[in-house]
Amino acid sequence: MEEPLIDIRNVSKVYDSGTVGLKNINLTIKKGEFVVVVGLSGAGKSTLLRTINRMHDVTDGDILIEGKSIIHYKGKELRKLRRKIGMIFQNFNLVKRSSVQRNVLSGRVGYYSTLKSVLGLFSKEDKQKAVDALKQVKMADKIYSRADELSGGQQQRVAIARALMQDPKIMLADEPIASLDPLTTKAVMDELKELNRKLGITVIVNLHSVPLAMQYADRIVGLRAGQLVYDKPIEEVQEADFDSIYEGAAKQNE
Amino acid sequence: MNEVPKRTFAQRFHLKFVAWSVLFIVLLCGSAALTGVNWGEFFSNIGQFFSLIGKMAHPDWKYVQIVIQPVIQTLQMAIVGTTIGTLVAVPFSVVAARNLVKNPVIRGIIRFILNLVRTLPDLLLAAIMVAIVGIGPSAGVWTLAIFSFGMISKLFYESIETIDNGQLEALRAAGANYFQIIVFAVLPQVIENFISYFLYTFEINVRASTVLGYLGAGGIGMLLQQSLDSFDYSQTAVIILATLIVVLVIDGLSNYLREKLD
Repeated sequence: MEEPLIDIRNVSKVYDSGTVGLKNINLTIKKGEFVVVVGLSGAGKSTLLRTINRMHDVTDGDILIEGKSIIHYKGKELRKLRRKIGMIFQNFNLVKRSSVQRNVLSGRVGYYSTLKSVLGLFSKEDKQKAVDALKQVKMADKIYSRADELSGGQQQRVAIARALMQDPKIMLADEPIASLDPLTTKAVMDELKELNRKLGITVIVNLHSVPLAMQYADRIVGLRAGQLVYDKPIEEVQEADFDSIYEGAAKQNE
Repeated sequence: MNEVPKRTFAQRFHLKFVAWSVLFIVLLCGSAALTGVNWGEFFSNIGQFFSLIGKMAHPDWKYVQIVIQPVIQTLQMAIVGTTIGTLVAVPFSVVAARNLVKNPVIRGIIRFILNLVRTLPDLLLAAIMVAIVGIGPSAGVWTLAIFSFGMISKLFYESIETIDNGQLEALRAAGANYFQIIVFAVLPQVIENFISYFLYTFEINVRASTVLGYLGAGGIGMLLQQSLDSFDYSQTAVIILATLIVVLVIDGLSNYLREKLD
């Protein structure tokens, strides 16, 4: 059997405030999968995603990436882990006052010494790589624009280009389309799908929308109140299954 | 359920606002009584004021030549002092910002030092610096450097604390280290504020440095002291006019540049 790329074992997370983020999660993800995580706000989707690149530490359990436990990584080792995991965010998180080019190049700093990157001494290859990444997301014409001049959908595509600069094996996307309109939503989701198909990057996306999940996912994982309540490949997913994931939501709205 | 609730008694009569207003008025009257502020005294002595104005009404224009050099020195003191203060303030403000340094002990120590520096008034600093490095402009430069350091580091770290942390998170998630996060995600967000605060502090320092000379810390203030001590009000008038022009020009320039930044 093929070794899983990400192996999450009995992971729990309790925040300092006492809030339970995750409860005993077990999940393995294979290389090349396109996984969509669904669930209500506060179900733990963001927390789960952020434990994979250690933006959050787990309280209990273990996470293995390519067979190696990552939960005790520190300093340089941690930064090396993070640089092979791209991340995109609901609010895009581009540095708004910097140019698109500088934003995209900043995705590469994990490969540079402090001095070289701080002085902006990026190699010719990496500058070309930035152009290629922008071409990949169809944003090459905006390379010299300031990030805050772009629309939301354009910013998210630049953010994807920035993540591509890391040469990521895994791409984490935390509600990437929550602040976008339906048209740009499709452009961004198509982009993620293409990275997955063309470049073989494993993609994990948090989504609110069930129809979108059904449309793009190879596999759907459901979280409810920090627990994993659903995990099926797309062929077996029934629309009715989501009632259990969103159980309680209807009652709250009454 | 879906009804507008009744306001409480305190809410209806704005008790909080009334109480604070009464307290403020009591404090104001109390302070005036204790310090012996007397309007009558002020107006009965106003003749003195006009006689002084009269003596200054004939500026000694030949004195202008002598004033120019110290005016330039005053500006130089302000430029060098503000720059030194700013350069030292940048690393301090980065360490004092809550969103960049999670360790409350380190942050607390740095902030304590900054608070300590800020409690020293500029005139006291000038007196100390004159005692340390002697009479002359270098005492003024050090005074302004320390004064600007205290002020700028506070303005800077408060400005850093208002930035969008999502942009830092993105860099951290890409594997950037501390310095790379500062240079790529923090500085672009604050640099315009930094320049604006630098100009603002420079403005204040130009004004302050005209007075510092009075304590022997160089610049135009030294001439001011000489002319006042020798009751040569026609010279004093020239000095005051020169100071006024310089301060107005610097204020205008700095305001113009700061507006351009936005």
